[in-house]
Amino acid sequence: MTTTHHSEKTLLLNLLWACQDAKGFISNQDIFDIAAKLDVSAIEVEGVCTFYHFFHRKPAGKYIIYLNNSILSELKGYSAIRKALEQATGGHWGGVDSTGQFGLFDTSCIGLSDQEPAMLINFYPFVKVTPERVFQLISALRAGASLAELADTVEDHLRYVPPGDRAIFFRDFAPGRALQRLTTLSPQQVIDEIREAHLLGMGGAFFPTADKWQICRNNPGEQHYLVCNADEGEPGTFKDRVLMNRLPELLIEGMIVGGYAIGAAEGIIYLRAEYRYLLPRLEAAIATYKQLGWLGQPTPAKESFTFDIRIQMGAGAYVCGEETALLDSLMGKRGEPWPKVFFPVERGYLGQPTSVNNVETLCAAARIIELGANKFRSLGTPGSPGTKLLSVAGDCRFPGIYEIEWGMTVGELLGFCGAEDPYFIQVSGPSGICVPAAEQSRCICHEDLLCGGSVMVFNTQRDLLQVMINFTEFFKKESCGVCTPCRAGNFILGRKLDLLKRGLARPADLEEIRQWGQLLGVASRCGLGKASAHALINAMQKFPAYFQQRVRAKGREKGFDLDRALGDYREAVEQTS
Amino acid sequence: MKKIVNFTIDGKPCQAPEGENLVKAAAANGIKIPSLCYYEHIDPPLGTCRVCMVKVDKKAFAACTIKAKEGMQVEFNVPELNDARKAMVEMMFAEGNHFCPACEKSGDCDLQGLGYRLGVTISRFPHLFLNRFIDYRPKRIVVEHNRCILCRRCVEEVNTKDGFPVFSFLNRGASTEVRVDYDQEAKLDEEEAIKAMHLCPTGAILVRGKTQPRPRGERKYDLQDAGQTVSTPKAGMAPLKGQPKKVIATTSLAGCFGCHMSLLDIDEELMDVIEVVDISKSPLTDIKKFNRRCDVGLIEGGCCNDENVEVLKAFRANCDILVAVGECAIWGGLPAMRNFVPLEECLNEAYGHATSDLEQGKVIPHHEDLPELLDRVYGCNEIVEIDYYIPGCPPDASHIWKVLKNILFGADYSIIKSEFKYD
Repeated sequence: MTTTHHSEKTLLLNLLWACQDAKGFISNQDIFDIAAKLDVSAIEVEGVCTFYHFFHRKPAGKYIIYLNNSILSELKGYSAIRKALEQATGGHWGGVDSTGQFGLFDTSCIGLSDQEPAMLINFYPFVKVTPERVFQLISALRAGASLAELADTVEDHLRYVPPGDRAIFFRDFAPGRALQRLTTLSPQQVIDEIREAHLLGMGGAFFPTADKWQICRNNPGEQHYLVCNADEGEPGTFKDRVLMNRLPELLIEGMIVGGYAIGAAEGIIYLRAEYRYLLPRLEAAIATYKQLGWLGQPTPAKESFTFDIRIQMGAGAYVCGEETALLDSLMGKRGEPWPKVFFPVERGYLGQPTSVNNVETLCAAARIIELGANKFRSLGTPGSPGTKLLSVAGDCRFPGIYEIEWGMTVGELLGFCGAEDPYFIQVSGPSGICVPAAEQSRCICHEDLLCGGSVMVFNTQRDLLQVMINFTEFFKKESCGVCTPCRAGNFILGRKLDLLKRGLARPADLEEIRQWGQLLGVASRCGLGKASAHALINAMQKFPAYFQQRVRAKGREKGFDLDRALGDYREAVEQTS
Repeated sequence: MKKIVNFTIDGKPCQAPEGENLVKAAAANGIKIPSLCYYEHIDPPLGTCRVCMVKVDKKAFAACTIKAKEGMQVEFNVPELNDARKAMVEMMFAEGNHFCPACEKSGDCDLQGLGYRLGVTISRFPHLFLNRFIDYRPKRIVVEHNRCILCRRCVEEVNTKDGFPVFSFLNRGASTEVRVDYDQEAKLDEEEAIKAMHLCPTGAILVRGKTQPRPRGERKYDLQDAGQTVSTPKAGMAPLKGQPKKVIATTSLAGCFGCHMSLLDIDEELMDVIEVVDISKSPLTDIKKFNRRCDVGLIEGGCCNDENVEVLKAFRANCDILVAVGECAIWGGLPAMRNFVPLEECLNEAYGHATSDLEQGKVIPHHEDLPELLDRVYGCNEIVEIDYYIPGCPPDASHIWKVLKNILFGADYSIIKSEFKYD
């Protein structure tokens, strides 16, 4: 994280994407060529390349198929789809079929939880996939059909907005309503308005947006940058996808407002590669705002201000949703969170003061400027005014987007979404907490139960342990790998959960899982690592009886499956005799 | 000149220039906060190993990411944090494949030194036994990935004269590893390569022909921690003679009998022992079956086959207290070197490719009288509960007997480093 950068180096992700898109993988020669072009070590390029799982170092097929392996996909038919894909293509999972046509890979949540099982083929979305559909798709592709024609249209599934005139996001929108107010507001007044509204960061950290903008504005720098975090990767979340699909203009206005407030000349949208199909929508919106005279030329505002927006594609890494990891990725590096010695508002993108804000936060900011802080403040709860977008999915009849006023109870939400026989909901994804459905009166707000956006409903038929194992596997793959507790700790916890699953764990194992999970919370390097065992510890607290009944206590012998341990030997003997 | 600030570590008043890294500031005040990744001039600090955990104003941080600030209250030497630090070191031992007795850096290794200092006898975490490789391709160095703790020092610090990094992290998550750029590495001169070797806190970076420069006894941690002792706090040594005799049993599972040899190394003291201890089932007595209840069972070796498992379970059933003696019993030890390779490959190597009897082809020995091999070598505590661990390869004779006398008779003991180090 040195403060001096070759600005060319920030192109690295794009250079790698060009190779990946051109031939389906990145060759050794590509690595050397890029290293030479950027004047860096080849190993550095390879280090960046191998960090992101959408970059392949071996041919990955003409059609690269990514099937979501999140828990919701798992519960809605992941394994049947996977089997169908293997059968239809003749390929094996994690590789390419013998003709080199089809690559079959897992990927973490692709933001389509309300229409699982879902997959991407060359980043075209396919939703509610069935095994029959898989066979049809593969033969259509073999026959030369175009992906663009075969791909599904992704539905927004906007299920709920507050009644009356109480919606913030999904209300009537006309371009320029927020921006027109900039002609009467100074940047400081914009920040004051946002402070007055008490807007909190909607990505999940809930840091006051006005404070972030104020500190960023006050910090001296040659440039200030506004970065929009559109890398929503928390499994179960898809609210930013719907915002960007439905109201990309609102996001652009929010970025202009934010850019004006902090004194930035450039805004960058860091868009997760899983949402590549939204790129045309966003680019069109940017083009519109250029035509309307708000981007790329002096913006009509009280103080002189010129702002432009560009989009940077991510390349598959959950951890890049963490703001400092995102900034490193934006600068063409491995997306590793920084040790918090300084913050992006002090030294961010290219070492300059940078404000990183979530899509939803920026959209809310635009609405606050449009509607006034008082309107925003009149909604929600004192600690969390306004509304919140929840992505609700899982075992409910109406999965989709819910714009709720902060303060809605869990019971109300479960009612609206048509939850069927709910057992618990997982709030804020695998790094969040598990709330038993019995806690109906819990209030979704800052004062009680905060939610970053992901709400996964699980019914009483679901196995809690299966859910937790999926989460642990997720962190094992998606940890940036830099610090010991997160990298090795989640691996180790996975081994323990496997004992539990196989019925070999003892009561002491439960206690160890709890202690080790806490250790990850204390010792990990970044917030994501700290939260990685959160759900597990929480579930053990909420459902102690469930975990107790999964352990066995038998004298002083440990749970050890001798037959399984002898399986390899017996098989080898059988093969040769 | 920077402003000097006052702060406390465990209540002790300290002073340092404002903004000084806490690891450095503490050292200047006579408090050594252990760390494996901290390297003075890497700024911002790496914060990767997480060993230097402290609490500042009640909140946990890695000390290397904290700057000295007026009035801050640092907690360092408290049970909770001591345990967290120890856990981090244990986790590194569980994640990598650390065979200290076979390592060139043994005695000069920061990880090993820290393990001794923090009193690690066993990793509380299950060993992952990941199949890592040894990279012999670089010109001057060899990278032993089994020993790499991914501290990142080499990635940040080892550059060629013309400014290119030689190392980088590759991959992500549990698959993260350090790799060498062969072209850049070839530019390093010998001095630079040796510097890289010393920069590495473990034995992961070795320079061909330049390892083991100092004889045992004169290496970094031989000297630095020579006076370190471990002792039990129990007071008063019960008189051994005249007490009813205690009964012990011993066995060697997947071991080399080295620990048993060590057991006998107390020489004439054996005569004293025999007066207070009876030995039941043991290779020393050649008693094959348990003939009575035993107070203590000493287990050497881990479990590599079903017979080992059976014997171990019998020991658990017939002994009040089980002690795992030596590395193999504790976590598998040297035989566990096969744990990175699928059993089928091991068998092919031993009996398939190597067979001289081409007529017969590949034959894997099997017979109802032969034990069957397990898929990997297991530490004893994966099969049964183990009460005590005596680390070493082998543990020193006096170490074993001191522990045993403590368990049997409550005898107080202290062990100096030369007795418990096992490199």
